[in-house]
Amino acid sequence: MADVTLRKVVKRYDEVEAVRGIDLDIADHEFVVLVGPSGCGKSTTLRMIAGLEDITDGDIMIGGDVVNDVPPKDRDIAMVFQNYALYPHMTVAENMSFGLRLKRYPKAEIKTRVDEAARMLDIVELVDRKPKQLSGGQRQRVAMGRAIVRNPKVFLFDEPLSNLDAKLRVQMRIEIKKVHQKVRTTTVYVTHDQVEAMTLADRVVVMNNGRIEQIGTPNELYHNPATRFVAGFIGSPAMNFMACRLEDVGGKLHIRLTDRIVFPLPPARADRYKNVSRTDKLQLGLRPEHITEASPHAEPGVENFDAVLDVIEPMGMETMIYFIMEGVEICGRVNPNADARAGAPMRLAIDLNNMHLLNEATGAVI
Amino acid sequence: MTSTTVIDKSAPTRAVKLRSMSRDRTWALRWSYFFLTLFAIFALIPPLYMLITSLKTSAEISAATNPWWVYHPTLSNYVELLTSNQFLTFFRNSALVSIFVVTITMLISVPAAFALARMRFWGSATLATGVFLTYLIPETLLFLPLFKMFVVFGDLTGIQLINKWYVLLIVYPTLTVPFCTWIMIGYFASIPKELDEAAIIDGASWFQTLTRIFIPVALPGLIAATIFAFTVSWAQFLYPLVFTTSTDQLVLPVGIITTLIKGDVFAWGQIMTGALLGAAPPLIIYAFLMDYYIAGLTAGATKG
Repeated sequence: MADVTLRKVVKRYDEVEAVRGIDLDIADHEFVVLVGPSGCGKSTTLRMIAGLEDITDGDIMIGGDVVNDVPPKDRDIAMVFQNYALYPHMTVAENMSFGLRLKRYPKAEIKTRVDEAARMLDIVELVDRKPKQLSGGQRQRVAMGRAIVRNPKVFLFDEPLSNLDAKLRVQMRIEIKKVHQKVRTTTVYVTHDQVEAMTLADRVVVMNNGRIEQIGTPNELYHNPATRFVAGFIGSPAMNFMACRLEDVGGKLHIRLTDRIVFPLPPARADRYKNVSRTDKLQLGLRPEHITEASPHAEPGVENFDAVLDVIEPMGMETMIYFIMEGVEICGRVNPNADARAGAPMRLAIDLNNMHLLNEATGAVI
Repeated sequence: MTSTTVIDKSAPTRAVKLRSMSRDRTWALRWSYFFLTLFAIFALIPPLYMLITSLKTSAEISAATNPWWVYHPTLSNYVELLTSNQFLTFFRNSALVSIFVVTITMLISVPAAFALARMRFWGSATLATGVFLTYLIPETLLFLPLFKMFVVFGDLTGIQLINKWYVLLIVYPTLTVPFCTWIMIGYFASIPKELDEAAIIDGASWFQTLTRIFIPVALPGLIAATIFAFTVSWAQFLYPLVFTTSTDQLVLPVGIITTLIKGDVFAWGQIMTGALLGAAPPLIIYAFLMDYYIAGLTAGATKG
């Protein structure tokens, strides 16, 4: 059990800077997910914590000790890899106990630990099998078991679920969460899947281009993204972005989306945006669930407009609708019972109480 | 009616397609068997001829009878060879040289391949190519400089290596180590990187990663390399011919040639018998390890 701290950590490969000076504090017992598109530096960061990559600059601390020059085996960490990396010539039990055997633990202790981990992961009947006799999900469990028996200070997961099919992925996600709730080991988990990040993490670290864009709880990131990148990356379907301008009409702040569509801002939002330059190029960020079918009852901050639907996607519990506004495809989420038909006009409502206003030039959320 | 017509039309098309595919396959198989049979005959005739000759007396060999038939079969050639001390000495020398060379080769090339394939250090890629290039230099170019080196070494230290069977333990690895290293580099390279990373995180040293993960996982490759090293050292002719001359220091291929050809008299029956007996150990090893050998040759070609 230990906290993990990164201070101005840089990784440079010849000319390319993969990680550009990141600071991160991970508390003891915390489950932190590093998420971002491929090439954002998340895996490199994880591998630097593991000691599999040297750090070019900065400090990494595990349990308060600087481990920059400490080899992986002395960092007391365990890692689960995307392709499981099980030793093919060893049985499940031998795979799990390899680390303990190298450290010359007593046989009885090794057996106890392996049995305990196997029970926790529900692989007791598989311990004598070889990896090639296991399914993908079972292999992933063994890989986790190998990490658990070591009882390390930190668990590192490198996209552990990417090789599994969608259904198994959901199942294993729950499994990982359960394991963490039981063993409470500090965990750093890397994924490119924002759903995995949201569902697993105590805190999510969104990375892009070798930098941290935002750190926060899943809800913070979803409801209060700091940048356009985070706003667009977190949430599925992604947030809609529409070019807009602020205008004063009759002494009240309005948002103009097109020549014809202008909405008054709700008071709280008007107050927040009153100092924004009226000439700045801005973007309105709105999640699909805040574009719905119009309700007969007027609600403050909810404005109605008409759109001709382009495509509809019935999902069962909801229907996704797509329409074009000023050349941009916009996604909304309506009640499955609403009268949504492709090619037909529909009266829609947008909830400006949940809007985000972004500076187009800087990408910052205002 | 219309729909029936459509179905009628499509059915034969499908059947024709299927039949033509199976016909293609049949022809492919026929050609394969034809050429394989041809090749088998081509490859098996010389050993068959050797076997036939080895069962004949010298008189029958030189008689103008059908060379493909044994009229008075005899095991005298076998008995003579197997009871002659000379032949057994050659056999012992060959066995000793081969076993030692295989051991030396494996002890050098496996760690070398592991280092070149996995421990990325400055110049490792160039070095790996260099190892392979060494293998491309023919022995006919090397034996003179090597001979000169041993002579100079003998003059300087007083240790005479020429005309001792164990000089071959130094010479043969120049042939086997580069090739075996190269095979093992390819084999080790096909092992996923995560496997050694997992081992390192589990607390294994480089040496433990090699002995407890890489060698067991790459066992088929290791066996292929072993067989190669054994075959090369068992069948090597030029180097022992150059470096050893006394009868008690000779290995089998050179021994048979130098002792059974006396001037212009060829003891064909015994030569053939010796060659057949000499071919037996590699044959036995191949037979036992064939499956591994084939796996070793093909694995590494695809990742998986």
